[in-house]
Amino acid sequence: MLLTEPDQAMLGGAQGMAVQMAMELIVATGEAEAAPALLDITTAHIDGCLYHGQAGLDFARTLIEAGARVRVPTTLNVSSLDLLHPELYRGSQDTAASARLLMDAYVEMGCAPSWTCAPYQLSSRPAFGEQIAWGESNAIVFANSVLGARTSRYGDFLDICCALTGRAPAVGLHTEEGRRATLQVDLDVPGHLLADDLFYPVLGHVLGRIAGSAVAALVGLDERATEDRLKALGAAAASSGAVAMFHAVGVTPEAATLLEATGGVDLANKVTIDVDDLRAARVSLGPAGGPLDAVSVGTPHFSLEEMKELARLVVGRVTRVPFYVNTSREVLTKAEREGWFAPIESYGATIVTDTCTYITPIMETSGGVVMTNSGKWAFYAPGNLGVEVAIAGLEACVDSATSGEIVLGDIW
Amino acid sequence: MTENGYRVLVDGVALGDLLQLDEPLSLWGGLDATTGLIIDHHHPQAGESMSGRIVVMPHGRGSSSSSSVLAEALRLGNAPAGFVLGEPDAILVIGALVANRLYGTSCPIVCGPAPRGWAGMWRIEHNRVTPVSG
Repeated sequence: MLLTEPDQAMLGGAQGMAVQMAMELIVATGEAEAAPALLDITTAHIDGCLYHGQAGLDFARTLIEAGARVRVPTTLNVSSLDLLHPELYRGSQDTAASARLLMDAYVEMGCAPSWTCAPYQLSSRPAFGEQIAWGESNAIVFANSVLGARTSRYGDFLDICCALTGRAPAVGLHTEEGRRATLQVDLDVPGHLLADDLFYPVLGHVLGRIAGSAVAALVGLDERATEDRLKALGAAAASSGAVAMFHAVGVTPEAATLLEATGGVDLANKVTIDVDDLRAARVSLGPAGGPLDAVSVGTPHFSLEEMKELARLVVGRVTRVPFYVNTSREVLTKAEREGWFAPIESYGATIVTDTCTYITPIMETSGGVVMTNSGKWAFYAPGNLGVEVAIAGLEACVDSATSGEIVLGDIW
Repeated sequence: MTENGYRVLVDGVALGDLLQLDEPLSLWGGLDATTGLIIDHHHPQAGESMSGRIVVMPHGRGSSSSSSVLAEALRLGNAPAGFVLGEPDAILVIGALVANRLYGTSCPIVCGPAPRGWAGMWRIEHNRVTPVSG
């Protein structure tokens, strides 16, 4: 790998032990990916602040003892705790204490306590073409696909190393060539589906299974694929697969045409997704009827638009089951200001900030069936929480919670 | 295997029973670091142990947190002995590298074709992946 003089100085320890260690790890990882050089990044988003055990904390402490301080604006992902609503936490106090130490460690390194998995919803977000180093699979796929910013799939540890050095391996999705679609996915579905919220996470689930780690060009979406729907699509695809970028032809910024998405190549690698594929995926994600124990929405974190929509749907109603809304503290503050929080609270919903219901013990339900509007939540919750999942659009989530039974028409 | 052997992503030597994953696995949400068992309910090999195995995977999947889970599993001694990947995966690489720095653990990761023809024990030795018979 070709290193610049400043890179070599960092590697040699000229800027302290933390920078040296970070640079060593970046170079080793970059070499594994056959990166020819490093490049400058403008922002970082850290996934490593979510507690998964002692190793994460040991690493953060090692960095702090070595004098770690981020050198680009850096946001923090969800953690294990809701600092605004600490009473919601139902886990062990030992884990909570360690999780808190980990959060504090990253703040001490100079990261912003944003505590959200949707940093692209924050008032400052990367512009088109910006080179960034983001962790959190859904944030990665959104940044690349919807914003046109450029990030690889950064795992825990490497994300903070990039933030401490301002450098990242110049490879994969950071490069023009790495962003070109290598797989064409044609949608053969009736047009009315594109107006349904449930279509997007289910499509994402199928896409992840088909695409794996490939960049796909989706043909057949239109302007109804809003940011929130693309968020749902990407998050699901990054869970069922290793999707870090997709193009939606005519919708996303590097795919005005199919040929732009493929770099002028007519792809031989083509697949079609039809209604049967979507129906099968929805069925595989959970039941379509029966009693309901809880609802969880906002994975990735609810946007302001989604808060507004939920506020509209719940007016004058009361939920019969626990109803959780995961969002960021920034979006919550804005929703309060707009008057959208009050109806959601009157509905009986519980707002969860800084964390999410599928990564930490918050929900009162143990076992049972939980409805979600998220393909990502549906993918991980059975393993993490031991619950059964039903997936539905936001409106069906509200209707179901209000009646206490799964209410889900066959939209396909 | 090419003439030069496998591509070394994380160098080392490992010995273990082969675990050929039928589908890629996100270690976060997929591996319980405290037991070494596969906990992803969607995965065809849910319930199997990854501990001490040479894990073969076409490519990575899912969460950025998989590096933390791998490092934690290595710390606890429940991790795979090593990985043979179809394509490089920086998320697993960084997890193995960090655990090595923190705890001196070893978890070689190589990139190349899936081992075939022998379902028992295999050895990763730098850029070589070879069956260990009887």
